[in-house]
Amino acid sequence: MKSLAKHRRHPAAVLVVIMLGLLLTGGLYAAANTATEARSVEADALLIEEGKRLFLEGCSSCHGLAGQGSDNGPSLIGVGAAAVDFQVGTGRMPLANFGAQAPSKAVEYTDEQIRAIAAFVASLAPGPSIPSAEDLDFTGVDVARGGELFRANCSQCHQAAGRGGALSNGQYAPNLMKTTPEHIWEAMLTGPQQMPVFADTTLPPQDKKEIISYIESIRASDDPGGWALGRFGPVTEGLFVWIGGMLLAVILAVWIGAKVR
Amino acid sequence: MSTEQISGIEKKGASAATYVDERVHSNSWFSRNLNKVFPDHWSFMLGEIALYSFVVVLLSGVYLTLFYKPSVVEVIYDGPYIPLKGVTISEAYDSALAISFEVRGGLLMRQIHHWSALFFVVAIAVHMFRVFFTGAFRKPRELNWVVGMTLALMALAAGFTGYSLPDDLLSGTGLRIIEGIILAIPVIGTWASFLVFGGEFPGVDIISRLYGIHILLVPGIIVGLITVHLMMVWTQKHTQFPGPGRTDKNVVGYPLMPVYMAKAGGFFFLIFGLITIIAGIVQINPIWIFGPYTPDQVSAGTQPDWYIGWLDGALRLMPNIEWIIFDYTISLNVLIPTVVLPGLIVTAAIIYPWLEAWATGDKREHHVLDRPRNAPTRTALGVMAIVFYVILWVGGGNDIIAVGFDLSINFMIWFLRFALIILPALAFIITKRICLSLQRRDRDKLLHGRETGRILRLPTGEFIEVHAPVNEEERAVLESKPDDKPLPEPPESDSAGVRNPKYKSGRRAAGLSRFLYRDTIEKPTEAEIHHGDEAIEAEDDFEAPLLEREESMHVAHDGSVLAKPAVDAPETTSDNGDGGSEQS
Repeated sequence: MKSLAKHRRHPAAVLVVIMLGLLLTGGLYAAANTATEARSVEADALLIEEGKRLFLEGCSSCHGLAGQGSDNGPSLIGVGAAAVDFQVGTGRMPLANFGAQAPSKAVEYTDEQIRAIAAFVASLAPGPSIPSAEDLDFTGVDVARGGELFRANCSQCHQAAGRGGALSNGQYAPNLMKTTPEHIWEAMLTGPQQMPVFADTTLPPQDKKEIISYIESIRASDDPGGWALGRFGPVTEGLFVWIGGMLLAVILAVWIGAKVR
Repeated sequence: MSTEQISGIEKKGASAATYVDERVHSNSWFSRNLNKVFPDHWSFMLGEIALYSFVVVLLSGVYLTLFYKPSVVEVIYDGPYIPLKGVTISEAYDSALAISFEVRGGLLMRQIHHWSALFFVVAIAVHMFRVFFTGAFRKPRELNWVVGMTLALMALAAGFTGYSLPDDLLSGTGLRIIEGIILAIPVIGTWASFLVFGGEFPGVDIISRLYGIHILLVPGIIVGLITVHLMMVWTQKHTQFPGPGRTDKNVVGYPLMPVYMAKAGGFFFLIFGLITIIAGIVQINPIWIFGPYTPDQVSAGTQPDWYIGWLDGALRLMPNIEWIIFDYTISLNVLIPTVVLPGLIVTAAIIYPWLEAWATGDKREHHVLDRPRNAPTRTALGVMAIVFYVILWVGGGNDIIAVGFDLSINFMIWFLRFALIILPALAFIITKRICLSLQRRDRDKLLHGRETGRILRLPTGEFIEVHAPVNEEERAVLESKPDDKPLPEPPESDSAGVRNPKYKSGRRAAGLSRFLYRDTIEKPTEAEIHHGDEAIEAEDDFEAPLLEREESMHVAHDGSVLAKPAVDAPETTSDNGDGGSEQS
């Protein structure tokens, strides 16, 4: 060690130490990296294989054997994993019957299977991916700004309280009160059915976070005024004042006006 | 009560009353008016509901004015409602949020105000149904009908101006539609819109203008008109339903003091309590969810309050028709449903009393009400109007209904367009038929008495049902049916061959009169009723000996044999195979 220490002031010593450090970290990284890469490629391949099997079984009759689409269903090339996770994860797909719009219903596949199908569809062509845990981390997000964005971009179809609204010919913007943050994110990215696509270029991820956290906040909020009548506004209120209010008032009038015999 | 029994308090009260009377001579006024007689019926209290809910509106409204700021100056929200923190909003919306979340009792007061306002209009509507269907608008009360109609319109004006004040997304969208309606008025539309809004929509003036109208002008007019309305009821006296001893020349009922003082006072607190309970447990207009108004935003499911809903429905059902005349657009698609239609309907409602008087040629005073069945065409017209209104109202909520019941909104619009024409006509026909059937039953009752449900078999083998004469009270009601006859066709010229100058208008009146009074079931004459009464007595003669026979079998309606023949049981029937042989 003494001989080594003797050279510590040598001009080349710095270079040597840096070189050694780089070699060590680089080498370690490379070794570790190849190991995970190999494993994930293997796992992906298996997942895609499983997804392909499920796809051929449950989806290909409408979307085509290679996801190229048919008269009954659109092409899935380039829709990405996000679209699959949304459509299958909310039960919209597989479709029970053709109608104005695919309603959300009981989910047919397990989470594992959905991930497999998503991996297969994502392998056809690059597309939006399923949001990461980081994307869905809402700590410190400005809820009020989310509210402004929601009213500017979403409320004209989904209603100010997110309770949904009618579109033309039996189509509708669904109620958001039971939709998970993940699915809302994916819907914004992929624009399912009548919904426009809100790509990250037009609505940055931060805005998406804010919108979702606003939806979460109105979902969680109590109604300080009491029974909210579905938060539908004046239609249900008008119905209530006739049925609940006037009917009771007339009963009271009959009671007061009754002759005492 | 002798003077010795008067207590100390009563003595003091009496001396106070004497003191006042010696100065303002009020005792005779009080004794005359406190003893004023009012007829009794629960439906006469519907107008009271409107009055009391208006009192509640006023009281809660005064509280709100203490905290509301009618200003569109922009402020940054810094209140306790987190999802709006830091958002730029108007001072009006800010103060409405403060009333909801910071002012003590503010949210309850806002909800009481809004619910009682809705209640006010509902009560007015129901009160008007009663007045219309019973013909209470006839001479001498035509003017009070007009006062009432004006009150109803003022209630709508109060409601709409109040709806717009919180400056939330919902109310701002409502204003935007109003702007569209004003713009649709030909020629003056654009100027009128700039006049109302003080420039381009939304401008900075509208909230403070609406505030003045909402808290001063409209309530002032309403209070004034209510005073006139009630004074006219006071001087003209209240109408009464037909009954024994009730004529167009008297009022049968109880004195104001103490019966109606107690009833009306108690009823006020019941209505106040009912509205407060509803306001305490049912949320209305959550402005914090709708967010502040900016003209570039809109919410799905935006609706007006129920009483404007029918106009929104008319707007939604109207086909898209526009005329372009010399590069100038006439928006009939907006003009017809929101200006022409309500104008026609309100005009028709206001002039209806005179229309009917013209068609009947009836100049008599009416203080006894019509039973709705006895004016079948009027009743049918009223039901037709209600059905028309309800269809438009449903049209106004078509998006909520489409989502709620999984319907296509396009289908709903087409369905309602046809329904708007077909269903009122059907309602007219069906109501008229029901009225005539009820008249027929009334005639039967007068002629043959009430059906008792007892079946008798006569010795000859014939079955008859035993009838009982209707009681005095019912008979008076049944006999109240007016003998309305269509006006005769006027002569074209008199005996000297001179042309009748009123021939054309007379023909029109006769036509309308035929429409109103052609279909009726003739009331039986006195002789017929007398004959019917004799028949009823004759049935009693048949019945007596049969019931006295103990050996005859008694069978109940369901066929089970009663153990012991009950001579005075009303359901008793006397009828089986053995009976015939015994009687032979």
